Amino acid sequence: MSDGLAILHIRLQRFVLRLWRHKRLDWPLMGALLLLALTGLMTLYSAGNENPRLVINQAVRFALGGLLLIVISRIPPRELRTWTPWLYVFSVLLLVIVAVLGEGKGAYRWLDLGIVRFQPSELLKLTTPMMAAWYLHPRHLPPSWKHILGLAVLIGIPVALIAEQPDLGTALLVATAGAFVLFLAGMGWRRIVLLLGLAALAAPVAWHFMHGYQRQRVLTLLNPESDPLGTGWHIIQSKIAVGSGGFFGKGWLHGTQSHLDFLPEHSTDFVFAVFAEEFGLFGVLLLLALYLFIVGRCLWIASQARETYARLLAGSIAMSFFVYVIVNGGMITGLLPVVGVPLPLVSYGGTSAVSLLAGFGVLMSIHAHRKLLK
Amino acid sequence: MSLTRPRIKDERREGYLFRVRAVTGFALILLAMLVLATRFFWLQVVEHDEYASRSTQNRVRLRALPPPRGLIYDRNGVLLADNVPAFRLDVVPERVKDMPAMLARLGTIVPLSKEDLKDFRRSLKSHRAFQSVPLKMRLNEDEIDRFAVNRWRFPGVDVVPYLSRHYPQGALFAHVIGHVGRINAEELRHLDADRYDGTTHIGKTGIEKYYESVLHGEPGYEVVEVNADQRVQRVLQTHPPVPGKNLYLSLDARLQKAAYDAFQGQAGAAVVLDPRNGQVLAMVSVPSFDPNLFVGGISSSDYRQLLEDPEKPLIDRAINGGYQPGSTLKPYIGLGGLELGLRTPSDTVLSTGVFYIPGQERGYRDDQRYGAGRVDLEQAIEQSVNTYFYKLALDMGIDKLSRWMAGFGFGKPTGIDLPGESSGVLPTRAWKRAFRHQPWYLGETVIAGIGQGYWVVTPLQLAHALSTLADGGIPRPPHLLLATQDGVDGPRHQAAQPAAGKRIPYDAADWQTVLDGMLAVVYGKKGTARGLGDGFPYLIAGKTGTAERYSRTTKAYQDRSNLKALARRHRAWFEAFTPAKDPRVAVVVEVDRGAWGGSVAAPIARKILNAWLNDQASPPPAGSTPPENLP
Repeated sequence: MSDGLAILHIRLQRFVLRLWRHKRLDWPLMGALLLLALTGLMTLYSAGNENPRLVINQAVRFALGGLLLIVISRIPPRELRTWTPWLYVFSVLLLVIVAVLGEGKGAYRWLDLGIVRFQPSELLKLTTPMMAAWYLHPRHLPPSWKHILGLAVLIGIPVALIAEQPDLGTALLVATAGAFVLFLAGMGWRRIVLLLGLAALAAPVAWHFMHGYQRQRVLTLLNPESDPLGTGWHIIQSKIAVGSGGFFGKGWLHGTQSHLDFLPEHSTDFVFAVFAEEFGLFGVLLLLALYLFIVGRCLWIASQARETYARLLAGSIAMSFFVYVIVNGGMITGLLPVVGVPLPLVSYGGTSAVSLLAGFGVLMSIHAHRKLLK
Repeated sequence: MSLTRPRIKDERREGYLFRVRAVTGFALILLAMLVLATRFFWLQVVEHDEYASRSTQNRVRLRALPPPRGLIYDRNGVLLADNVPAFRLDVVPERVKDMPAMLARLGTIVPLSKEDLKDFRRSLKSHRAFQSVPLKMRLNEDEIDRFAVNRWRFPGVDVVPYLSRHYPQGALFAHVIGHVGRINAEELRHLDADRYDGTTHIGKTGIEKYYESVLHGEPGYEVVEVNADQRVQRVLQTHPPVPGKNLYLSLDARLQKAAYDAFQGQAGAAVVLDPRNGQVLAMVSVPSFDPNLFVGGISSSDYRQLLEDPEKPLIDRAINGGYQPGSTLKPYIGLGGLELGLRTPSDTVLSTGVFYIPGQERGYRDDQRYGAGRVDLEQAIEQSVNTYFYKLALDMGIDKLSRWMAGFGFGKPTGIDLPGESSGVLPTRAWKRAFRHQPWYLGETVIAGIGQGYWVVTPLQLAHALSTLADGGIPRPPHLLLATQDGVDGPRHQAAQPAAGKRIPYDAADWQTVLDGMLAVVYGKKGTARGLGDGFPYLIAGKTGTAERYSRTTKAYQDRSNLKALARRHRAWFEAFTPAKDPRVAVVVEVDRGAWGGSVAAPIARKILNAWLNDQASPPPAGSTPPENLP
């Protein structure tokens, strides 16, 4: 009996030691992620009106995501690369299923698997850049027009499906993740400018295809005070929360905008406003610095990779990650329209946290296998 | 190109290209970050003050604290009007999206009567959308519990504690104390909105109405923190209200009860005054009603019942009941005859049963069928001989008569501290011209001499006149308020008593003659209230009155036998004061349907005097706190 326990104890010790010395994990990045997760849990505790269940739920998801991160970090990028087309096809298929199931039901984004519900579009945030990197991996870089066109199709399919759900925010993010691959692959500046110009010209067309509520959000952004109790409420209350925070904030658990429910969605999309209200500009700058460090570290890891696929994928994940921060931060400060983009690893939500950590797993894997590749 | 000359992938070059792009990307990210940080700086530092104040406006509200209403006590400190804690439902209209649907849903949880809804709809119109409007008063515990469970379904609806008025003596003081009721739209328009912020009730009748400004107090306010649903989370600051002043009235609850009980349910009124100072010791109107019904909003069936009751319990007979005073006026007119030099105490008149104005055919009857024979003033008062006064009135003429009687306060309000007092009618040529558009006829002077015809007097007016007569001709306006008090343990301030009016000059010897007549009413062999003073330690001076409600030319009058039938047509009066030499109490009793003043009203007056006597000897009732140094 005690022997068994002793063996278990030794095994546990060795496992921890192995993990500690694990070359596969980049500890500065891990530390930064851990710090971010803790900040997230702390903010959630306050945003959820000091309800410990919210924090426990989120911690469980972090643990799950962390486990996934470690598992993925053990898979060599080469393996990932071979699976990539299948993963891509699989995730697009899920989107199709959602589209079929959601026929005539308005916004339909969820897939109910009984135990867990998840948004397949969230999966595409990872599989789309993977596919793009896979596509460019054997090609000569910078990509030619032909390859750009090919990529446009590969990215366009999931983006169109997601935009149709309709979830314009996620569609744009998925498109951005794919576009980052092209950018990092060295696509010429002229071509970039040309494509951006075309996109700008296409904007009125996009406006035409937008749903009423999406147009409303854009209009509200332009003048939130025009409808202070309706759509503008979110933006006004969020700006009040941020602005009233001042330099040092109102203090943890002392945010009035969130605790008195003036701030809507204060544990999910608007959690950053809660943070800004309670910790002020000082806290916001520290948090942004933390995000910046994570992105910088990821880009550094990406540049260490010797393989095109790994490099492009890692770079795209890193830059996409930061886009979430910018979009969310822009939204809560009234710079960008209200789109459902969570603040990475701080907003309450399972799919986002798990898929983000899975992405970091890919990065860890690339980091771990950097020297093995030649 | 790639088809003709396949290139080998240049990993080193591509790696370099990537690093350049990664650095460029990072630079772009830094730029975006800078923009975002600037935005935060703008909101949190540059515009911080504005957003901080908007955040405060969001969560901080001022809430009025209505002042507790002053309590009302009798002269011995017996509580007549109290405040009891209660709960009501309040609605903030702007927080309710669909009012009819909400009310329908709420009605399934807390029963809402038609009156509640009607009142609510009416006050909705007069309130601003952000002001809370009371929907239902005095919730019971069951209703509070059921609403508490369902509260989340009703944004903008809340249970609010408040102080509800309660009248522990019930019907006993219903008319004189009056009652409070919900502020209606009309009242709201005239009220000072700041003073009445948060107040739901206002004095509607009686003392409650007359002393509204004293009883109300000054509202305070509190600074509260609310959430997005406008529900109060906590109180940040409190500025307490100044409670309304407590009132001490001259009424004596024991005497009031004795007076009320003495009527044994017969419709009528009684007023008891202290002739030395005009203080009202008791004032009852029977039948009465429970004033507590009106506080929480009376149901329409209860209200209809009160309105349709043939005895009209809502009318305060003491100050609004206008009746013919009948023979009760004889002492005043008799004294007038002496003072105006028209009669001497020994002058006599022959009463034959019918009096004729010279040259006219119509006869004016005496009470006794064949008359009382030759009588002087004392006897005329003792036996209430009409002929004496017919003739006296005729000799006086209506102008002198009404001028003399006006000195006793007839025909105008007494000036008591109660709202809506009636002025009655003092018959004059001017009055008849103004209201009847007719000249004055001689026959009307004759019947005015016995308190009939156009005379209209309230019981309070008669009591006031009696006090004036008894107290040497000095008219003192009846008054209820003795003292005010700031808070239950606060000091008491004596209320200013109204100034006495101009003394009616009359000779002591003439007064003695009239007084002897009034004593003879009680103690004389032929007195109309003989035997009334038996066993009473002080001499009682009194006068009966029997006023006609309907015509006298019926058989029942002729036989004097059918008292029940007589009662239907007669109103019985009795006025009395005691001790005769140094009057300390004056009583007027009016019974709507009494056969004769002496037989119906006088015994009630005696019971009241007995109670008064008991009160003089016994200590104030237990549990009361008699105010010190009160007159």
